[in-house]
Amino acid sequence: MTLATQTAGAPVAPVSSGDAPVLSVRDLDVSVMTPAGLRPLVHGMSFDLRRGETLCIAGESGSGKSVTSMAIMGLLPKPAVRVTGGQILFGGKDLAAQGEGAMRRIRGNRIAMIFQEPMTALNPVMQIGTQLAEALRAHTGMGGAEARARALEALKLVRISQPERRLRQYPHELSGGMRQRVVIAMALAMRPDVLIADEPTTALDVTVQREVLDLLRDLQRDTGTAVILITHDMGVVAEMANRVLVMQSGRVVEQGSVDEIFQAPREPYTRELLAAVPRMGDGSGPVATPGGPLVRFEDVSVRFDIRSGLLQRVTERVHAVEHVSFDIHAGETLSLVGESGCGKSTLARALVGLVPHEGTIRLNGQPIRDMRRQDRLRLHREVQMVFQDPMAALDPRMTVGELIVEPLVIHGIGSTPERRARAEDLMQRVGLTPEHLSRHPHEFSGGQRQRICIARALALNPKLIIADESVSALDVSVQARVLDLLATLKREFGIAYLFISHDMAVVENISDRVAVMYLGQIVEMGTRAQVFGNPQHAYTRRLMAAVPVPDPGFQRPPMPRMASEVPSPVHPVGQGPTRVALRDVGGGHLVAA
Amino acid sequence: MWAYLLRRLVQAVLILLGVSFITFLLLYVLPADPVRQIAGRSATPQVVESIRRELGLDQPFLVQYWNYLTGLVQGDLGRSYLQKADVAGLIASRLPATLQLMALAIVFELIIGLGMGIAAALWRGRAVDSVLMMTSFAAVSAPQFVVGLLLLYLFAVQLGWFPISGYGTFSHAVLPALTLAVTGSGWYARMMRSSMIDVLHTDYLRTARAKGLSRGRIVLRHAVPNAILPIIAMIGIDVGIFMGGAVVVESVFGWPGIGQLAWQAIQRVDIPIIMGVTVVSAVAIVLGNLLADMIAPFVDPRIKLR
Repeated sequence: MTLATQTAGAPVAPVSSGDAPVLSVRDLDVSVMTPAGLRPLVHGMSFDLRRGETLCIAGESGSGKSVTSMAIMGLLPKPAVRVTGGQILFGGKDLAAQGEGAMRRIRGNRIAMIFQEPMTALNPVMQIGTQLAEALRAHTGMGGAEARARALEALKLVRISQPERRLRQYPHELSGGMRQRVVIAMALAMRPDVLIADEPTTALDVTVQREVLDLLRDLQRDTGTAVILITHDMGVVAEMANRVLVMQSGRVVEQGSVDEIFQAPREPYTRELLAAVPRMGDGSGPVATPGGPLVRFEDVSVRFDIRSGLLQRVTERVHAVEHVSFDIHAGETLSLVGESGCGKSTLARALVGLVPHEGTIRLNGQPIRDMRRQDRLRLHREVQMVFQDPMAALDPRMTVGELIVEPLVIHGIGSTPERRARAEDLMQRVGLTPEHLSRHPHEFSGGQRQRICIARALALNPKLIIADESVSALDVSVQARVLDLLATLKREFGIAYLFISHDMAVVENISDRVAVMYLGQIVEMGTRAQVFGNPQHAYTRRLMAAVPVPDPGFQRPPMPRMASEVPSPVHPVGQGPTRVALRDVGGGHLVAA
Repeated sequence: MWAYLLRRLVQAVLILLGVSFITFLLLYVLPADPVRQIAGRSATPQVVESIRRELGLDQPFLVQYWNYLTGLVQGDLGRSYLQKADVAGLIASRLPATLQLMALAIVFELIIGLGMGIAAALWRGRAVDSVLMMTSFAAVSAPQFVVGLLLLYLFAVQLGWFPISGYGTFSHAVLPALTLAVTGSGWYARMMRSSMIDVLHTDYLRTARAKGLSRGRIVLRHAVPNAILPIIAMIGIDVGIFMGGAVVVESVFGWPGIGQLAWQAIQRVDIPIIMGVTVVSAVAIVLGNLLADMIAPFVDPRIKLR
């Protein structure tokens, strides 16, 4: 361990090893200043963190997890939000009482932090090497060359490919997983006593999440750093934690060892949280009996041109979707799974005509490309979309009532009182009340907003709803209720879903049939039981093996590390990706050869 | 890279064609008759006609424009009607003065505007912010000749720090450049403020804070380089605004640049000079924008020219 060198001029006393806690939080209160006075965000929080230990803080959004971590780092947005009581004891000092200068010497040095969103966590106009080196220089006063050498070591430690080259690259040249490795390297370069990881893998694809979690665990074992891992994902908790702290609305609900929490949760809230976690099974269970084909994709490709040169000729193409063929039957849920950039969302956009496609997409047997205005209007009545981020999908200036009747207005359906009655009915269907109609989107929680989006999608009595990562941004308990709602609507109205998700556990819970996409092509497709019970393609297996299992006793079979990043879907004109042929391995279970 | 430059060059030629055509057309339909200006009031109709024929102004519009264009591609901007000199030579002798003025004005604009914007963003919502934003608003709204006269009165007449007018030394250039820079400074201050506020809320700034960097380094090395990106494209546009401003400012301060040349030519309907200044200004604007676009990839590695 070359990074183990203690820093020369560090003003903070080294933390004693042994059984004494590295960090102790005592009765911490954090409050926000509102026009109505101080409102508590975190109340009476206490915990100890020991060397080499991983403490998971679990809870849903708004429970105060991130506020706690920001309080420890001294990064609360003061003066609006500040510590109003209690102590944060670290190295013999109360961090809550330290000034900015003292905190600055601790931040990034003795206590480091990694954040959720790797895509935006790095300065886009500064080289990776500079960003790594500046933290070292800020705390040690070492020279540029020495800092750069240490930066290179740190990059090697996080197992990034071609570390020398990365030093001179800019963040946009790196994938999300690589950027998160850089952020981790940055946090661990000073060999801190405490590492706070706030949802470090939530924004990553599941296979990348697996690698980052493995990396964090290995690094912790080597360095003995105490880790506070903040996550909403109980699967991650089960895999990473020694001890768990469950939070709800600013308070600690339950605290205990990972085994206690998972095997004998005492508090009802903990039990609810655990019950709501989608678990991946073997794909058995009842499936809907599908009707006739509603949508048919025949050899559909979507490619985006890249132009360059003097005459702006097309020189390269992004092969987003390549020769995809499948049907969606009336009343069934077909899930498209795959990691970011695999083409699943592009395929959905092609279906509603948002991107041009090659091949044929038929709705009720009619190719959508040849549709005239009237038929196109009908297409948009019959196929509706529900997106990932409900806040971004709702116009903040419109009331919920206006939002829900808008599709009716566009299609000229019904009179004003009829539309109003329809909106009231829809609100009840999705579990909201008609009184909510006059409110604006910002007055609702994330889950309620997604219900509003679903109500809007239902307004036109669609035959197919495209749910593009519709539950990915929701807390597990909310996610479970929205999934229930989708299932109920399917039974009542016979709606079919094209369910797009990266979450294998959710997909296993909701689907009748599953298609796995990789680099624009379908590599495996079949019923839920076929794909989950008997996964054939290596990529499908890899996806499933990467899912964190919410069971601390689970022994993970060793998985080979991915040799390289996912290849690029960009090819020169005239060349394309190798087309995979699907082979029926029995009962309509298609697998790429 | 070369393909990009070549494409921009083709675009530039098209822009210049359009600009020269429209200006030529406007001057052609203008009710003022340049020949009358040259001949004087007492000239006989015969003399007027012979001058008109001599200058080729009796020919149809398109023929006149064609003749001008063929001259232009050979680098011939024509001869001034009244100054008895080549327009190209006149402009060439005046251009360095205007370029000096503009370069200094850009420096002033950036220092004042960016400084105000950064300070306002860092002390957002405080008194500093309100005062700076009010100042920037006044700067944007004030007409240039008023600003010029105010600065003259204050710094030249009352305080005597700078000469009232003239050309030659650096201190001659300060007041006119400052006048030229005032409007742009106001815009830059407002743009930089909002850009900085956006950047101060980004994740990467939070990362920088979490690394334990000093406040100075966070602002100067992380926030400002990112906040300045949208401003860079503005500098190219400024060259065009300056060309207009130069006409006013050079007259107020007696600065011997092409703005003053244009102003005199407009008063006397000296069409070749007006055309020449217009074409040269258009070239300057095109070059200014090209320069701004060429600088962009060096400041923002995400931008690629293709």
